[in-house]
Amino acid sequence: MTAALRQARGPARQAQGPARSRRAGRASTEPRPLPRWLRWATPLAVGLLGLILWIVWVDVLGTAPRMLPSPIAILEEFVLRWNIIAADMAITATNALVGLIAGSLLAIVLAGLAASLKPIDGMLAPLVAAVAVVPIVALTPILNTMFGASSQFGRMAVAAIAAFVPVFVNTLRGLRQSRPVHRDLFRSSAATGSQTFRLLTLPTALPYLMTGLRIAASIAVISALVAEYFGGPADGVGTAIATYAKSGRAALAWAYVFGGILIGLAFFLVTSLLERLVTRRQPV
Amino acid sequence: MTLREPQESTPPQGSTPPEGSVAHAVRAAGVGKTFPTKEGDVVALTGVELEVAAGEFVSLIGPSGCGKSTLLRLIADLDEASTGTLEIFGKPARTARLDQDYGIAFQQSGLLPWRTVAGNIGLPLELHGSGKAERTARVRELIELVGLTEFADRYPDQLSGGMQQRVAIARALASRPRLLLMDEPFGALDEMTREYLQSELTRIASETGAAVVFVTHSIPEAVFLSDRVVVMSPRPGRITDVLPISLGAARTEHLRESPEFFERVTAVREALHGTPVERANER
Repeated sequence: MTAALRQARGPARQAQGPARSRRAGRASTEPRPLPRWLRWATPLAVGLLGLILWIVWVDVLGTAPRMLPSPIAILEEFVLRWNIIAADMAITATNALVGLIAGSLLAIVLAGLAASLKPIDGMLAPLVAAVAVVPIVALTPILNTMFGASSQFGRMAVAAIAAFVPVFVNTLRGLRQSRPVHRDLFRSSAATGSQTFRLLTLPTALPYLMTGLRIAASIAVISALVAEYFGGPADGVGTAIATYAKSGRAALAWAYVFGGILIGLAFFLVTSLLERLVTRRQPV
Repeated sequence: MTLREPQESTPPQGSTPPEGSVAHAVRAAGVGKTFPTKEGDVVALTGVELEVAAGEFVSLIGPSGCGKSTLLRLIADLDEASTGTLEIFGKPARTARLDQDYGIAFQQSGLLPWRTVAGNIGLPLELHGSGKAERTARVRELIELVGLTEFADRYPDQLSGGMQQRVAIARALASRPRLLLMDEPFGALDEMTREYLQSELTRIASETGAAVVFVTHSIPEAVFLSDRVVVMSPRPGRITDVLPISLGAARTEHLRESPEFFERVTAVREALHGTPVERANER
């Protein structure tokens, strides 16, 4: 579980630029890379060790707090209640996905405008900086009340706002990365403005966009889930965690946490794969 | 490897130049370029008088800061001349660029990493909206011309530096330009690859019949390739000498060892330094 948690949270803290690590890994000054099997076996071993310590603490020593059940109990609950957990996971995942897509689309369009029109860039930059520091969680109760207790819209909006910032920042950066030699080439080939945008600026920005999307995906899931703690409809993973934690059903609350991790992991893996696909080709 | 540009019966792209200037691919009169900076204007180039005949191979050589790259960029209309008139096939540089009268290659290959070799070579044709069938045929021709047939579907990061530069040259030739502009295209390559590509280039140039303006800072390279070498000097950037090379049309590897070749190398070196160069055995 610890290993899964670390993986699910990792991307949010990672560097903003598209994956450069592969290239850095090739440099001759680097120490010899670890054998391939060690690279996945080591974290797995650490994760297993954590799990064993956890079981020993709860089931053997019996000194763990009451709200920390054994991972075995959590897994049992997860399997047993899979039907209701899956239904709530679907609600939260949908909110996160809708928010992610809406927020990203808005971010891409606005970044495109900011990159091509200087006045718009000047107008947007401070606004985006402002949005970036808004504590999304603080907005949540207001949005939930605004759109009513039966609507998922408030939660989707929270996820959208949270996803917007990293996608906007990274896409805008990417749209400015086209190299002088490429711009010279397009100019000397008498390319039109729209041709240059479509065939040069956009493909250059794509890896950056995907990095933004990968970061936004995890944030969108976390936001959609946390937003459920602050009212709205009585469904979703977050609502269930809060309810069962309050009523002392520790194993079930943890089973829902595990469900939340699975959603985050799925979002992260899909967006990482997309990012990998577009960063396949190294610049020459 | 066979490098043969099929002889085309169709005339090259672009409108026909007006009578009288047919002979000149490039005609520069009193061309200068000044870059405004905070500390005042910097004169990068001044008083350039240069004529390049159709099919002629001309090298621009000189130390860094002599404006050789600037002159090439002016001809390519990547920058605009501050003074003087510049005509490409009798047209203003801007019109020539829009008509695609020239092809260009830079020191960096400038290949798009997300496109295959074939996709990169076909880019100029794609930008000018030529049909897919026509484009495929032309790309195949060009890939053969630069000897990269097996690499058509590779991506630039899978090629060596020399191969990347060959792709860039093929791309520059895509729309059958009558003028080829090259800005130190072999500058970043090792000596062996460099000499090999020089031979290839003389062959390609004579087979396509295109005029070439070639920027370099290598004296042997300029001598080996050119019909004429234009010697330039910095502060302010200007042309100080124009040397005819007259080594004949056939540029083979034997030429590199011939006394005539070394004679021209010495001549260019003296023109660059402004004084006769003392030889080691004459000291």
